[in-house]
Amino acid sequence: MDALDGNAIGGLLHEVFGTEMTAAIGTCATCGATGPVAETVVYLRAPGTVARCRTCTSVLMVFVKVRDLNCVDLRGLAALAASAHG
Amino acid sequence: MEGTAVRGRLSWQVATVGQVIDETAAVRTIELQAPDWAGHRAGQHLDVRLTAEDGYTAERSYSIASAPGEPVAITVERLEDGEVSPYLTEELRAGDDLELRGPIGGYFVWDGQHDIGPLLLVAGGSGVVPLRSILRHRERTGSAVPTRLLYSSRSLPDVIYRAELDRDNGGGVEVIYTLTRAQPPGWTGRAGRVNAAMLAEVAWPAGQEPLAFVCGPTPFVEAVAEGLVGLGYPPPRVKTERFGATGTGAAGGS
Repeated sequence: MDALDGNAIGGLLHEVFGTEMTAAIGTCATCGATGPVAETVVYLRAPGTVARCRTCTSVLMVFVKVRDLNCVDLRGLAALAASAHG
Repeated sequence: MEGTAVRGRLSWQVATVGQVIDETAAVRTIELQAPDWAGHRAGQHLDVRLTAEDGYTAERSYSIASAPGEPVAITVERLEDGEVSPYLTEELRAGDDLELRGPIGGYFVWDGQHDIGPLLLVAGGSGVVPLRSILRHRERTGSAVPTRLLYSSRSLPDVIYRAELDRDNGGGVEVIYTLTRAQPPGWTGRAGRVNAAMLAEVAWPAGQEPLAFVCGPTPFVEAVAEGLVGLGYPPPRVKTERFGATGTGAAGGS
């Protein structure tokens, strides 16, 4: 399966964070690269949904839905800042 | 906040299917009457949810094909092994209900007001859908930003929105087709996949500070984005949206 990008999880991110997040700027905890969430490398059926750093491929975010409950792991992110243009 | 939806919350809503337009043999535009729709920006998408009788649900994302201010519409390509697109393109009729949520996305959007240079739109297949919303928005707002659309399709009958793209589009829009698999007799347009050489000829020079939007299958987007950066486009000026061979992703779900 081709990797997608963060645009593909815009709805899921909005559900989890309560706001539009694809234009938010994330910082990779592994390599320090920064960029919009829309530019992360996304796998929808990993299992769960996985977003990886486009620079170093480290896992940034993992989302697993269990009985309508979203389990979210953001340990791969050093920072996540809402966009000024939100 | 009492008595109203929580601000910013993304909620599922029921829309009614309006007009259905066959764009190509495998692609259909579905206009939606969504009373709770809050409006959208050019380039955004929405999620569609289908629920089977046994409660099984499938969600897919589709780019919004209409301009801001127009009734919301999606354009869907039928994927033979898809779970959702065959229903949307073959079964769905005017008057049917459809569950959706949106609008979604704030990155792959064009509002028109930040432009310093010309606009470059690059589409692979049904990746043209959000770019069509941008073109319509450009026309409706009277924007004069010089615009080029480079649109890669397998063959001429696969070109979506062809009649619309071939008309004036408000002036200042150049549409360049490239056909990758089959060209009709006498075809004077381009042939073959978009590559660095084609981009060097078609893309605005980087010195004009263009803004690029690239949408299509993942390998297509990777190749085009790499090509544009190679021509000197700064990565933040190359906005990308990818969808998979199976049609998943923001631009066109299976």
